[in-house]
Parts: sequence; structure tokens; C-alpha cells
Amino acid sequence: MTRITAITSGKGGVGKTFVAANLAAALARRGRRVLVLDADLGLANLDVVLNLFPKITLHDVFTGKATLAEATLPAPGGFHVLLAGSGMVEYSRMTPEVREQLQNVISEVAPKYDHLLLDTGAGISDVVLYTISLADDALVVVTPEPTSMTDAYATIKVLATTQGRRELRILVNQVRRPGEGRAVRQQLQAVVDRYVNPGLDGAVRLSLVGEVPTDSAVREAVLKRQLLLEALPGAPAAVAVAAAAAQLPE
Amino acid sequence: MNAPSLPPAETLRLDKALQLLAHSGQAAPPGEPGSADWLQGLVDALVDLSSRDALTGVANRRNFDLALAREIDRVARSGEPALLLALDIDHFKRVNDTYGHVAGDQVLKAVAGALVESVRPMDLVARVGGEEFAIILPNCPSAFGETVAERVRRRVERMPVSVGPGQTLTVTVSIGGAFAPQWVRSTPGLWVERADQQLYRAKVLGRNLVQLEPAAVSVVSNEEKRLLFDSTSFQDFE
Repeated sequence: MTRITAITSGKGGVGKTFVAANLAAALARRGRRVLVLDADLGLANLDVVLNLFPKITLHDVFTGKATLAEATLPAPGGFHVLLAGSGMVEYSRMTPEVREQLQNVISEVAPKYDHLLLDTGAGISDVVLYTISLADDALVVVTPEPTSMTDAYATIKVLATTQGRRELRILVNQVRRPGEGRAVRQQLQAVVDRYVNPGLDGAVRLSLVGEVPTDSAVREAVLKRQLLLEALPGAPAAVAVAAAAAQLPE
Repeated sequence: MNAPSLPPAETLRLDKALQLLAHSGQAAPPGEPGSADWLQGLVDALVDLSSRDALTGVANRRNFDLALAREIDRVARSGEPALLLALDIDHFKRVNDTYGHVAGDQVLKAVAGALVESVRPMDLVARVGGEEFAIILPNCPSAFGETVAERVRRRVERMPVSVGPGQTLTVTVSIGGAFAPQWVRSTPGLWVERADQQLYRAKVLGRNLVQLEPAAVSVVSNEEKRLLFDSTSFQDFE
């Protein structure tokens, strides 16, 4: 069975796409067949992270100019990607057509892979929420900053109340000391227990899949236009992402 | 750009329009026949007529579609909450079959009246299908949604409808509701679909019920923030 995981964050700029690409590479290294779908239709930058600038993208698939097979590319980390490409701004508004297109793409590619990672856009728009609704698991990327935690909490609240999700995964990025990830999860869980869970049937449980330390190697890899796991696999952040990949349900 | 100049009123064929207004029980437009004010009044009356349901007098489908599109854009920009209710008269076919179509029309009119009376003047009540109605409630906080919808449901339930000499009956409505996504661009079609899904649930669960989609509460209160950033548990890890 293909496991579909949506990677989301609420706030932008917390390393969501970095996490998606490197988790994919780590899963591929574990022998899994992985596809990352650039579901940030309006403002994608997975292409930049992977240094791939293909001629054929999801946009061409949506407009019927290319097939999914033609738009599916091998990425440096040993996995496949479907990039949104530019010109997708028109799809940032949820319409029945966009919904159907996304659904078709996912059901068509899913059987060929063990893992499908959906890199969603920032924010809690209905496109983002709909994309997450197509996934088995939701992974919320958060950093130990108040703004990121607030947006992650809002995302958790919305997913719990509108999608009935009771288990959400947390990855804490850019932690400054060991254990900070656990503290962030615990803090989020405490607020969820106090303000969200009392109104629900069944409690929302947040599980920590990992904490990734602030690491200059991340910036180094980005500047080199390389995947961290490829360029500097021994860096602390790379090791942490690989460990998080092992925590994802198979 | 200059406004296009209008031809003189006496060269226009207006008899049908005037006939239609008279037939619909509307007063003739005020002012000197043929004057600009009179023409404006005539156009306004026609616009009003074409935006109302002929039987019940509430907004028709055309007017509803327009208002819904406007509201969803307004909500996306302002972030104000707005509720859409989808309503359906329970077992309406039975009313028609048992008491006849005239009685059916009486029921439709009475229900439309009850809906209008149970919401605010700013809310838009529309007849969107045979026995289907919809209400757009701008600026309706999610905490009040249930109360408002329940008030509408009870009002209909308690209203006797006279369908003939000495013959009254009562009807009920099933109500589904969904809030517009705040701060987000969406489409009227999806909003209607979400409200309809809840209406379907209300029907399945036994009718004469209100079912609202749980509101996506993405607002984080100050109390929540305070607890979120509560430093004590952070310090445990230092």
C-alpha cells in the first residue's frame, strides 16, 4: 500500500520543502520507492531546492499538454518528483476542476510508489487543506519560534476539527539544543489538550517524528544547489532527517 | 466616458414591461410617464422583479448566485465569518400528493415567510429549487451558527399553515450549514456543496434537524498563545 504523507507547516519559511526533499532522499536510501509531489501550486520552490528546471511540469499535465509519465522526473536523491512549474498561480484558487486534477494525479501515480510526499503550500488555504485531506498522514513542520508555533497550532486545530484527524506528526526544524523538539511538541500538545481536545470526540495526539538541528551545512547545501543528504550526508541536520524518515509509518 | 444618451421614452415599447409590473402587483413607477425618473423607476422595478421568486417573493436563484459570489469574495478579503444555510422542506412531495399543489404553494409561501422572519434584514433568503431554500448570513460568528439555524428550524416547526377552510398543517425543514473559508479565495460552488453535504446528513439522521459543518477555527486566542509560549516547560529542557 502506498503511504501518502502531506507535509505542511502553517507558516512559510520553516524548511518545509527542505524537509520534504531530504525525507524523500532518506526514504529512497532505505529502499523505498518515493515520489514528491509539488502541491504548492501557486508558489512552488521544490525545483529550486532540487536544482531541476524541467520543460514539462504538472501545469502541462493539468492543461492536457503532457502525460504524467512525461512530467515525472528523477531527482538527485534517488526519488521521483512531479514539479508544479510556473503558471500554476491560476490553481491557487480551489475549484472543482483543480480538485479533480489533484485527485486524478494522485490516484494515477500512487500505485507505482511506496511513499508519496505532498509538499503543500504555506498557510491554511482550502487548496492546502484539500491536499492534506488526500493524505493518510499529515506531518507538520515547525520551528521553535512563536510565529511558527502559532501557525502550526492553528493548522493542527483546523485539521482536527475539519478533517477529524486525531494523530498528527510533528517535525521540529532548526532546533538550537537537543530536546527542544520534544519541548515544542509537548507545548503544542498541552495547548491542544486544553483548548482543542475538550470539544472533540477522541483526543488529538501529536507525535514527534524528529528534531533537526540548526546546521550551517543546510545553507551550504542550498547555496551549492544540492540536496543536503547527497552533499553532506554526515552533517547533523542530515543525520536527523534520516532518523525522522525511519519514524514515518510505512 | 460619457453616459450613452437614451432614446426618448415615447420611441420605446414599454407596454409589455408595464403590463408585467401591473400583473405582478407592483405599483406603476413614480413620476411623469416618459421622464428620466419614471424610466429609472421602471428599470428598478423590473430588476427587482427579475431577482425575486415569483411565488414566494424571496430572492430567486439568479439573485442568490450573485449574492453568494459577492459574499465569498468579501469574506476572502475581510476575513469576516459568513454562514450559508441550505434548507429543504421535509416530505414536501407528501404535502403535494395529499393536499394538492395549491396547498403545496401555500406551504412554500409560509415557509419562505418564516425564514425571512427568523433572520436579520441583512441576511438573504432565497428559493433555489422546488422546495429548497438557502440563506446567506454575512458576518455570522461561528459560535452563533447553531443558534441561528435552530431558531429557523423551530420557527418553521411551530408555524401552522392554512391550506384550506379549517385545514391547517405543519411542516418541518432539514437544515445544513457551512461557513465560508476565511481569508481564503474559494468558489461559491464548493461552499454550496459543503452546505448541501450537511443538509444531506440532516436528512439521513432523521430530518427536522440542523447539521453544521464544524467551523475551521484557525484563529488563535491570546489565552492559547499564552499557554503555547509558557516558558516553564521550555526551561525544563535547558
